[in-house]
Amino acid sequence: MLSEGKRFHILSVFIIPVLFLLSLSAGCSPANKSNAKTTITIWHWMTDREPAFQELAKRYEAQTGIKVNFELYAPSDIYSQKVRAAAQGANLPDIFGILGEKRDFASFVKAGYVLALEPYMEENSASWKNDFFPEALAVNEFAQGNSYAVTPGIYAVPIDIMTIQMLYNKDLFKQLGLNPDRPPRTFVELLDIGKKISSTNRGGSAMDYGGKAANMQGMVSGWGDIWMIDCFANNYALNIMGKDKVIATIKGQVPYTDPDWIKVFALFKQMQDSGVFARGLVTMINKTAEQLFANDKAVFAFNGSWGVNVYHGMNPKLNYGVMLPPKASDIYPMAIWGGAGSSFMVNARSKNKEEAVKFLRWLTDRDQQAYLVEATNNLPANKNCLSLAPELLAQFSKGMDNATHPNAWEVWEASTVIEARDKGIQSIIIGEKTPEQVASEVQKVKVRELAKKR
Amino acid sequence: MRIKNILENYLFITPAVLIFAIFYIIPFIYVFRLGFYDWDGIVPLKDAVFVGFANFKEMLFQDPSWWQAMRNAGWVTIIALIFQNAIAFLLAWACDREIKMKNFYRVIFFIPPVLSEIVVGMVWRFIINDVEGANMINRMLTAIGLPNLVHSWLNDPNTALTTVAIVHSWKGFGWGFLIFLAGLQAIPSELYEAAHIDGANAWRSFKNITVPLMMPVIILVSILTVLGTMQAFVLIIGLVGGEFAGHTSVPVLRILAVMRDSSRFGYACAQGISFGTILVIISFIQYRFSKERQPKTA
Amino acid sequence: MRAAIYYKIKKSTINTLIHLFLISVTVICLYPLLWMVSSSLKTQETVFKDFSLIPHQLHLNNYVLAWQEGGFGRCFLNSIFYTATVVVGIVIIASLAAYAFSRLKFPGKNVLFIMFIAAMMIPIPGSFVALYVLLNKLHLRNTPVGYILAMINVGLSVSIFLLKTFFDKMPKELEDAARMDGCSKLGIWWHVALPLAKPVLAVVVVFNTLAVWNEYILALIIFDSRQFMPLQVAIKLFQGEFVTNYPLLMAGLTIAALPVIIVYLVMQKYIVKGVTSGAIYG
Repeated sequence: MLSEGKRFHILSVFIIPVLFLLSLSAGCSPANKSNAKTTITIWHWMTDREPAFQELAKRYEAQTGIKVNFELYAPSDIYSQKVRAAAQGANLPDIFGILGEKRDFASFVKAGYVLALEPYMEENSASWKNDFFPEALAVNEFAQGNSYAVTPGIYAVPIDIMTIQMLYNKDLFKQLGLNPDRPPRTFVELLDIGKKISSTNRGGSAMDYGGKAANMQGMVSGWGDIWMIDCFANNYALNIMGKDKVIATIKGQVPYTDPDWIKVFALFKQMQDSGVFARGLVTMINKTAEQLFANDKAVFAFNGSWGVNVYHGMNPKLNYGVMLPPKASDIYPMAIWGGAGSSFMVNARSKNKEEAVKFLRWLTDRDQQAYLVEATNNLPANKNCLSLAPELLAQFSKGMDNATHPNAWEVWEASTVIEARDKGIQSIIIGEKTPEQVASEVQKVKVRELAKKR
Repeated sequence: MRIKNILENYLFITPAVLIFAIFYIIPFIYVFRLGFYDWDGIVPLKDAVFVGFANFKEMLFQDPSWWQAMRNAGWVTIIALIFQNAIAFLLAWACDREIKMKNFYRVIFFIPPVLSEIVVGMVWRFIINDVEGANMINRMLTAIGLPNLVHSWLNDPNTALTTVAIVHSWKGFGWGFLIFLAGLQAIPSELYEAAHIDGANAWRSFKNITVPLMMPVIILVSILTVLGTMQAFVLIIGLVGGEFAGHTSVPVLRILAVMRDSSRFGYACAQGISFGTILVIISFIQYRFSKERQPKTA
Repeated sequence: MRAAIYYKIKKSTINTLIHLFLISVTVICLYPLLWMVSSSLKTQETVFKDFSLIPHQLHLNNYVLAWQEGGFGRCFLNSIFYTATVVVGIVIIASLAAYAFSRLKFPGKNVLFIMFIAAMMIPIPGSFVALYVLLNKLHLRNTPVGYILAMINVGLSVSIFLLKTFFDKMPKELEDAARMDGCSKLGIWWHVALPLAKPVLAVVVVFNTLAVWNEYILALIIFDSRQFMPLQVAIKLFQGEFVTNYPLLMAGLTIAALPVIIVYLVMQKYIVKGVTSGAIYG
């Protein structure tokens, strides 16, 4: 027979390391048997905050002797599935965060996975509750008579807040001959800048690849993924028709074919035609958008306050300002999305829930919040330390006055309708459909959803 | 004796069947059952609402985006089947010959499957796109005197899906190459020598020896291509950011959207099961087809 | 004489054309790899400005940094362990089954084979929730054993399909001869069928190595403890944390790609001209 040894070659390549590693891993199996001390386990998905959390855990252990175990699982969409799977298997940790819409949050509460925090918040004449921005708590609160049928109360602790706004590049503003300290305030002004951007590009011709064409883009954002479009559309819907009418639409009392809604959809066409949108905006993920904006290639960006940290990481010298989306109507104020950035829930079935609540209380205290601001460039949920935020973050936080969030409303739109609306807007931007067509298509989906509910 | 013989034969498949039964069949039944429920993936399963065939009905009659996704995946699959496999076969055939540097080529052609999808997405966006990239394709077109073909390949709804399909084929052809190569190498060289002596030229021996003997492998690769392509989605997100107003949506992206964004687990399960059933049907048609075409001698 | 020259010219033209084709494919295969490696050697400042493939300065310490910051050490060993066990498991279990499906007779053979193949095609979304609940009941959740078994299942169908296709193609004469010599069925499988199937076994090994090495979703869902996590999980965390730092990210991704490339380099050597009858029974 041909070389006896060689036949086993393929297998032996693997068997040897296996045996080797088996012996290794047998040698270092965990010995976490010392349960004398309480350990609080926290699951989260925030890769950018992990080092800061670890540091805070160390400090807490030094102060109280209680060990806090932050476990990071990323990417966030898998994390979100992990939490759901763990809920099914009754393996949730003491503290966890959930991702998703308010409806999902309500499901967690109704299934009894989440501890009601109202009693703790109200202690000592609501001293804990009063630490927070009301907008941050609103997202985690279920109001009296909410349509989710959840017992009213607060069910999560916000650890930071966020707003989603427009940013503009001051250096590129100068290049366009604009005042870098005066961002556009009205929609017409925005469209004018769009025309300027596209004429600059036409001079160097986008198709001229020989020389260094002035490849300046308009607004960039992660509009390949639809939720950020939804956010932008909502801003203008609130600006044009006011919150009451938007909510009436969700309730089915106003159709999407209403002139006001068509006006909202038409804004996207106007912006596209003026050249204020970057080319290929609807095939862009947010990371690409952030990279373009950070490298002085885009005049505007539509992004959340988390971007401050990202831009700083990519280009510390980036010179930019924060602005509200320029308003298209004077009747209602401009609104932006804002509220709790990330929140933590306490497992209602945990043995350590009292300890867990105490830890969250500590985490949202002034000192710890200040540390988080400094280490992670996120806006604090504790309103007493906003003054510590650096200049650009402070600009973001100013938007808090205009902030609202669908998760803080008492009704919610069906996800199929949201999807139809945002996909329709993508179609408008690429010139496939007219605002009227989109409006009637969205309304069709809406009618079907309303029929389902009955 | 006969019974002992059969039992002995069963021993060969016992480990596979055991693992399969526990780790595939049980979850499959679980998911299949969920297809008949309205469940958000959060509340305890006992609280899920039984809805009968409602999920399946909705998918069949009320969800045009699902069918658009199926059509898109079909288009990508057709391109991959033809383009990707033709390239894979040609390369494998070239590397099967006595040719210089064939070991070098063999190694290189398997680089794309090994690369992370992030790198592939970033590099290809860099190559194709003109917003953040160098737009090499368009530069090349201009350089060779075809400036009127210059185009925003990924940002135009008419070309986005096909561009994605071509990049996908690039990422996937290494697999076909590898399997084809293994298949070609299994053809005894005596057969070619005999044909050569009989006066057959290269094309005739390719047609009369290589292709018939490779038929089972070709079918195997085609089935794997269909599976791999119908289930691809990470690359799509990397290249065009998502579903691009439906132009680049594929079933897996739909299922994920339904499961993640809408928390409709039951509906996602119904979609998954139906999608799988369609794949099974397609593959079995392919398999049958191969059985008919297979030479009796093989 | 003229015919011979004509033949030579024709042959060399064909060869040149083939080489041109091969080289052009080589370039588009090599480019992304070189891009990844060269980006990993640049700095954050130059990565978006210096588009050349050869960086002016080599920042090799990106690799050291990536390795340390990513905490790859432990996960790297875990991944090697999972990959090795799962691949060995699949090779043995799948080749046994494929051999039986190809050569042996038993009732229910076709039905079982069709089931395996059908399984390969039905993606089960949310099957991980089912798997999670199942592993939880079996007390295998958060254990390497549970993960390894589940991963063996993932690769099983495709591997059986691949192996059966090639077993079907292989000449039966050698096995008959071995049977005459008194080899048992298991003996024939091990001494005759597997050595003959080396090329396709190499394909199976590469296929499954890549699948297991790149898996992170199931691991992330069923493992709670950091100590069991495979490399790709660390890479994902690393990606999240250093998404703004492309050179470091690329260094991490290069580290993660290296072992698979090595496995492929080793395995592709086995994809050679099938051993002829004379070579085996010499």
